[in-house]
Amino acid sequence: MSNNAQLGNRKFIIAGFFCLIILIFLSRLFYMQLIDKSYELDSKNNAFRYLTEYPMRGLIYDRNGKLLVVNEPSYDLVVIPKETKGCDTASLCEVLQISKKEYLKRIKKACQAPNSPRKQSIFEKQMSAKTYAAFQEKQYRFKGFFIQKRTVRKYPKPIAAHLLGYVGEINKNQLEKQSYYKDGDYIGITGIERSYEELLRGKKGTQIAVTDVHNKIIGKYMNGIYDTLAIQGKPLYCSIDRDLQDYGEKLMQGKKGAIVAIEPSTGEILCLVSGPSYDPNLLVGGKERSKNFTTLYNDSLNLPLFNRALTAMYPPGSIFKLIDALIAQNDGLINRNTVFPCQLGYPPMGGKPKCHPHGGGTNLIRSISVSCNSYYSYVFREIVDQKKYPHFIDGYNHWRDMVTTFGPGKRLGTDLPFDKPGNIPSTKYYDKVFGKNSWKSNTVVSLGIGQSELLLVPLQMANVVSIIANRGFYVTPHSVKGIGNEKKIDKKFKVKHFVGVQNQDAYSNVIDGMQGAMEPGGTASANKLKGIIVCGKTGTAQNPHGKSHAVFLAFAPRENPKIAMACIVENAGFGGIWSAPIVTLMMEKYLKGKTDRPDLEKRILEVDLINGKNLLSTEFH
Amino acid sequence: MSRNQNRLLFGVDRITVITYIALVIIGWLNIYAAVFNEEHQNIFDTTQKYGKQLIWISGATIIAFSILLIDANFFTVFAYGFYGFFIIANILVIFYGREIKGSKSWFGFGGYGIQPAEFMKFAANLALAKFLSNQNILVTQQFRLKMRDLYKNYKNTFVALSFIIIPLLIIKFMQNETGLALVFIAFIIVLYREGLNVGIIIFFLLATILFILSLIVTKISILIILLAIISGASFLFIRRNKKNLFFIAILFSVSAGIVLGTNYVYNHLQNHQKIRIDVLLGRGIVNLKKEGYNINQAKIAIGSGGLIGKGYLKGTQTKYDFVPEQDTDFIFCTVGEEWGFIGSAFVIFLELFLILRCIFLAERQRSDFSRIYGYGVASVLFFHLAVNIGMTIGLMPIIGIPLPFFSYGGSSLWSFTILLFIFIKLDANRLLILR
Repeated sequence: MSNNAQLGNRKFIIAGFFCLIILIFLSRLFYMQLIDKSYELDSKNNAFRYLTEYPMRGLIYDRNGKLLVVNEPSYDLVVIPKETKGCDTASLCEVLQISKKEYLKRIKKACQAPNSPRKQSIFEKQMSAKTYAAFQEKQYRFKGFFIQKRTVRKYPKPIAAHLLGYVGEINKNQLEKQSYYKDGDYIGITGIERSYEELLRGKKGTQIAVTDVHNKIIGKYMNGIYDTLAIQGKPLYCSIDRDLQDYGEKLMQGKKGAIVAIEPSTGEILCLVSGPSYDPNLLVGGKERSKNFTTLYNDSLNLPLFNRALTAMYPPGSIFKLIDALIAQNDGLINRNTVFPCQLGYPPMGGKPKCHPHGGGTNLIRSISVSCNSYYSYVFREIVDQKKYPHFIDGYNHWRDMVTTFGPGKRLGTDLPFDKPGNIPSTKYYDKVFGKNSWKSNTVVSLGIGQSELLLVPLQMANVVSIIANRGFYVTPHSVKGIGNEKKIDKKFKVKHFVGVQNQDAYSNVIDGMQGAMEPGGTASANKLKGIIVCGKTGTAQNPHGKSHAVFLAFAPRENPKIAMACIVENAGFGGIWSAPIVTLMMEKYLKGKTDRPDLEKRILEVDLINGKNLLSTEFH
Repeated sequence: MSRNQNRLLFGVDRITVITYIALVIIGWLNIYAAVFNEEHQNIFDTTQKYGKQLIWISGATIIAFSILLIDANFFTVFAYGFYGFFIIANILVIFYGREIKGSKSWFGFGGYGIQPAEFMKFAANLALAKFLSNQNILVTQQFRLKMRDLYKNYKNTFVALSFIIIPLLIIKFMQNETGLALVFIAFIIVLYREGLNVGIIIFFLLATILFILSLIVTKISILIILLAIISGASFLFIRRNKKNLFFIAILFSVSAGIVLGTNYVYNHLQNHQKIRIDVLLGRGIVNLKKEGYNINQAKIAIGSGGLIGKGYLKGTQTKYDFVPEQDTDFIFCTVGEEWGFIGSAFVIFLELFLILRCIFLAERQRSDFSRIYGYGVASVLFFHLAVNIGMTIGLMPIIGIPLPFFSYGGSSLWSFTILLFIFIKLDANRLLILR
């Protein structure tokens, strides 16, 4: 092979290349194993321990800088089962006050998946300060056990449980999706704690510690160059007013329902009450937490964990007339002087829907003040059957589209999780119920007075009155007005959403009617305030399951409104009796700082509708 | 009986076989140490890796003897047959294989698995040897680039490279086994021995250096400016004629292309691959607990071994699960920790000795086929040795490939055994064929 002879010297190049690489490797090995002593030190009697440094969760303040949520240190006992050889089990059991059997049970659990005998897992959650001290004293005896410091939430005032939400251990499902968390980590489960989780949680830090055979930490690995510091969570400035929230919750005691107050110009939620509520301090801590949670969860009579303000869908009742009045005026169908007859009911349908005695036919302003059912049955038909549309279905869809711009029928997009959209029935729905072409405007006329399948959540009701207060727009209601020390918020909470009705006269007329409702002869006349012009509207939402729900919407003062509120009290009957006092008392508190009506306040505070105690006498009817 | 045995072992190179046996035994002892725990001390416990490895070793022994029994011509005649068979097996595994750690490259049989990609190595080696031994000359020796020469040898080079590149592409992109795929690059050494133009290799070497540079240098523009300065300077210093200018211009464009291309490719790599490159180059913030963990733990284990090590079964780093994959890809950590520098050097020398022995044997072959095949064996073994050891001591990126004859695993042990013993058989046969 001439070729082979020519290429013969290449064998030396190849072999030389091989030897060269190996020589480099050997020098590197020589350096690592014999010269650089840091590796040896690292492995000396082995073991790193990764200590997670948990950051403090962000604090939560109210709109005036008063603290709503703070943190409290807590100490978890963690174990690495593989390292417990030589641990003084008996005295550990004594310190923790557990039996030997319980000890073995927990060790076994720590060894099974997803835990591992070589990894650390939690042995005892949130030890009391006393236990912690006792443990620390004898720590050298407890091989394989050590303390992990964390913080838990604490609420200086036991209020706003639903709004703030609670923090709990992450579940398996979330654990798989989010790599930031480890088993046993805490995560916001509801409320603000959930929606602002990523800001509140901060960032975990890790320290890599070197330990000796006695499981004692002897120093930092590589002087801590690989350590990361925990970064504290950002503080949140909540838009709620702590005192108003507190007062609202007190007034709501013994009642089921919800109160939502919004600052109309900014969309900031001033209070969000859901009754019955619970003390948020019940849902922190280790053993106590799960016990308390079970108790609250199983309270099927009161459903204290259920956030009625966002998730309970109620028929709006008469308050819905405001929207009808606005749409009809905007479409040019009625004006301030339009009169419709009333014969204790809606004449064309033989007196159904029924109405209450208020002295026959009314004009627009009075129809709102006295809440005439007949008037709004006419108005609803005017809108749906207006000549502009060839078919009433188009009219119906026009009505539905206009209503939707006010918020009902869709999720508002607030910063709180789990809000419900409510419901405005579609034509498809009625086609299914009555059959296609087998229904007309009169069939569904009770929609005009906020009954039948129409459903709103309290937050949407408050948003509607906020729109009226603003005369045509709303800012998406939100519960946080500032994030971190820079107090920034999402831009979407600064956008004005203009609704379908922009006719300013329409708003003036409706507001006149609302003011009239608070005047003598109006439906909420008993609740007129001194010095503040309140514009309100009562509603009585018929409830197929029992007594009607009392609804009241109001904003005040009439010029430059500062507060818009919705209140619903379940199974309480006529809206003027129950909800109106609560709303007006809170407005007094918010705008004046105190109430002029201590007797009324006392009665509302004392009454217990759930258990039927201290019921009001007829004097307020 | 003794006559039969004599005939079986006739001409077999005993030194190679003894080195092979020594490596397998030392390997097994280290697997035992890596997996060792107090609860399972019985070496035949097949629930443990060392028990299973004994089964693989028995299998390997049977395979070795069978190969020695088969007529050597069988491998030359069916070289392409083997190649075709394993190409198909490697494609089928994509559809019928088990998915392990994100790559679908295993045929499972109960608790055992076979990886056809491992066997592709010897099949490709056979095919390459057959193809190259049929040619008179592979690639021009001439250094000057002449279009005529390139064209003449273009076809053969292309076909030879295809034998390597096809399995590489299948294993890399369809099975997602980067380590096993890159092994095929080792055959470049064979092509070099058979006359591949050095210019091409130097070009690839320079390209690699540029590649690494463009990963290290964060500002790509600086690198390009640097290239332009070098090009300009070299034009000033060499004879200024149009031809040189043209040549330098081309060289500059190609280099710039590599730099920009690397940047593009790097940005489109899978995340874990990016991280591995970052770890090697020490770029960015490496999380010691996650990405940097393997390599850091491996280095600590080896570095803590000192001169004579901590003693057999006395390693702390490897015993307490600090080093991941310590029975397969990171087996060398156990050696480094428990046997120290002396032990590590011994193992590396043993492996190197086997490789050099293969080159020695290859050079004494009369048949081109046997020589080329022998170089293939040496190259594949060397690639494994270099990448495996290199990654445990932090000189190479973490590419999961086993240490020949040493790491736990049936597929790799069997494939290396087949690879080596075919060559031993060919060598034993060298006096019988006078091709």
